[in-house]
Amino acid sequence: MPIDFDATLWIIVAGATMLGVIGGVIGCFALLRRQSLLGDSLAHAALPGVCIAFVVTGSKSPVPLLAGALVAGVLGSLLILAVVRTTRVKEDGAMGIVLSTFFGVGIVLLTWIQNRPGGNQSGLRHFLFGQAAALLAEDVVRMAILGVLVLAAVVVFYKEFQLITFDRDYAASIGLPVRTLEIGLTTLLVLVVVVGLQTVGVVLIIATLITPAVAARQWTNRLAWMLVLAAVIGGGSGAIGVLASAASQGIPTGPTIVLCSTALLGASLLFAPNRGIVQAWYGDRRLRRRIRHENLLKDIYSFGERRADFARPVSWPELMGLRGQGRHALGRRARDLRRRALVELDGDALRLTAAGRRAAERVVRKHRLWELYLTRRVDVASDHVHRDAEAMEHVLSDEATERIDALLGHPSTDPHGRPIPRPNAGDEAAR
Amino acid sequence: MNPTVVILLVGSCVAASCALVGAFLVLRRMALLGDAISHAVLPGIVIAFLWFGSRSTWPMVLGAAATGVLTVFLIDLLTRTRRVRSDAAIGVVFPGLFAVGVILAHRFAANIDLDPECVLYGEIALAPFTDLVIFGVDLGPRALWVSAVILAIDLVVVLALYKEFELTSFDPALATALGFSPVLVHYVLMSLVSVTVVGSFEAVGAILVVAMLIVPPATAYLLVDRLAPMLALSVAIGVADACLGYGIAYHYNASIAGGMATATGIVFVIAWIASPRHGLLRQFLGHRRLRRSFDAQIVLLHLKDRTLPMSRDNLARRFGWSHTRIDHAIATLRTDGAVDGDDAALRITSVGERALEAAGTAPLAHEALP
Repeated sequence: MPIDFDATLWIIVAGATMLGVIGGVIGCFALLRRQSLLGDSLAHAALPGVCIAFVVTGSKSPVPLLAGALVAGVLGSLLILAVVRTTRVKEDGAMGIVLSTFFGVGIVLLTWIQNRPGGNQSGLRHFLFGQAAALLAEDVVRMAILGVLVLAAVVVFYKEFQLITFDRDYAASIGLPVRTLEIGLTTLLVLVVVVGLQTVGVVLIIATLITPAVAARQWTNRLAWMLVLAAVIGGGSGAIGVLASAASQGIPTGPTIVLCSTALLGASLLFAPNRGIVQAWYGDRRLRRRIRHENLLKDIYSFGERRADFARPVSWPELMGLRGQGRHALGRRARDLRRRALVELDGDALRLTAAGRRAAERVVRKHRLWELYLTRRVDVASDHVHRDAEAMEHVLSDEATERIDALLGHPSTDPHGRPIPRPNAGDEAAR
Repeated sequence: MNPTVVILLVGSCVAASCALVGAFLVLRRMALLGDAISHAVLPGIVIAFLWFGSRSTWPMVLGAAATGVLTVFLIDLLTRTRRVRSDAAIGVVFPGLFAVGVILAHRFAANIDLDPECVLYGEIALAPFTDLVIFGVDLGPRALWVSAVILAIDLVVVLALYKEFELTSFDPALATALGFSPVLVHYVLMSLVSVTVVGSFEAVGAILVVAMLIVPPATAYLLVDRLAPMLALSVAIGVADACLGYGIAYHYNASIAGGMATATGIVFVIAWIASPRHGLLRQFLGHRRLRRSFDAQIVLLHLKDRTLPMSRDNLARRFGWSHTRIDHAIATLRTDGAVDGDDAALRITSVGERALEAAGTAPLAHEALP
């Protein structure tokens, strides 16, 4: 279905983008300060504020209603703090209590207003589910003003917010007003929640805060970049969500925005460099494979060493007996190694090439040097070092190995009396 | 049956079953998992509804309970990747599922009586008017049957697995060492929460069920220190909240579910202030008593160090105290017989000296004096 690109649509896009941007930025701080669910509690807690503001002012214009929501939200956050401080109820319980009872009071007020003679609360309902489609230009202007204020506050107090987020004790020790800054951040959170009530509603607002922040976290370890990315992801989800919902007609906007950001989050978790699940899985697989290859080289080498004859091939049954491996798995590894010219197949047996022997010696050298290091420097009994060395031989870097070698005074034998291969010894032997 | 009686009975059953499972959520610090489940079951309800084409209760309860367990599983999965902390995982998973549910409901169930608002608030006021009819026999209000059956399930499981629930809630490491699986128990509990939440939907809706799950057990938690009494008290408080809430709603002609949630809040605040063991009042009085006895000791020490008597005003100036504070300290000491003389010339008595020796607070007083 074609999208009707009229002014109204652009207003809504602008509003949703603005909300996404400030939600993403403030959500980053909430996420890093381990207050992910505070936004959810405060959104629910805002409802009675909206109702009371309506009863007091009798107007349905957004400004007093949002002011009421703001007051109730701040009150809710203080109550959560008070419950945690003075009772044995933990933070999660305190948030649940404030969330549900405030909301209950809100529902009572809402229905009470509705049932009063002449009462009409239809406008209040939008605060529950949000109605992006009903956003007016003036709403968006107000959102933009609040948004600029929020962003300006973050820019001005960036260093302070960063410090109380990552090292609260240090911030306090250098004399920052930590408590005031925390209340400031929470107030910004409430502001964003209040702005979002109109657009996505009580239940889904948490997603505009946390989902972009978690997604952004996957791509970077730096706060500034995380804020920028979260703003882009949040704003982008807002814009795409509005357009998708306009194109499909009848699909509500708020949930579409949330689905967009959730999809972006899924993609970030899977594909982000360094932290991404796919890359981690791929890296794991490569490491496992390298370990298996190095173990096979080492096994073949051990036969050559025992027989003092590296030219004689080692048969499958001999190798299979070492680690209880199947013929099939062993064959696959042998083919991998042959492709890299590290082993030769000789009939039904395997022989190391010169390059293969050098590779095997490197692994054996790491193993034996590590054993020696443990016995000499860490005072581990020599019959306890083998298992540890089995793991370290695959992860020690060449540089670290040479430093251990120097540290131990270039030893020639390991704790069990076996020779430690030298880097170039293999070349001469092969000649 | 009288509609009021039906509403109170349904409300009580819902409150009792929620309180029973909610107590474990509060103890395990998973209160918000209940919140997450209660929202995330929406797609399960819609799918079951579309699948079976009716609003019959049991397919919906099962569909929704399955989604609830799926929610917990997804949150665990995200947490186990070690890329998302558990609270953030909750905040990411349940809005996602809820959004799916709202979209499904709008897309496919728009013409039918299943709007998200109904799921969010429920309407217990309608409970007396839908009867359960099996083979043409009218068995009475359906909601009552549903909530009673769920209460029975909760009771049976909690009683049968009481030891497991207790052990895994308080000491998961010991539970593992003894051969219980905390993970398995966790999922049993979460299934129970899901079934309870879903079964309570029709009565109180998704958000207010959170009040029933968390607030009565949290209230009981402020009042008692042992698990079994806490469970019993949670249930009792829950039932009382439901009845009180109905009264509030009736009086203000407002939503019954909202009234019940409000009532849980009111009762919690009362317990918070007045709990005999952990209440704010008790804390305040305890602090005051401690401060006063400390004040009295400081005055006593000060008098002991002087050979001449001291006046009340002098002491107050010396410590920078208000007159009320010094008067309280002097009054306490006079009652104990630790000082004598009038306000112009206070002197320590032999009783006071003995009391100081018994308390052995000399080093403390050194630090406390300005």
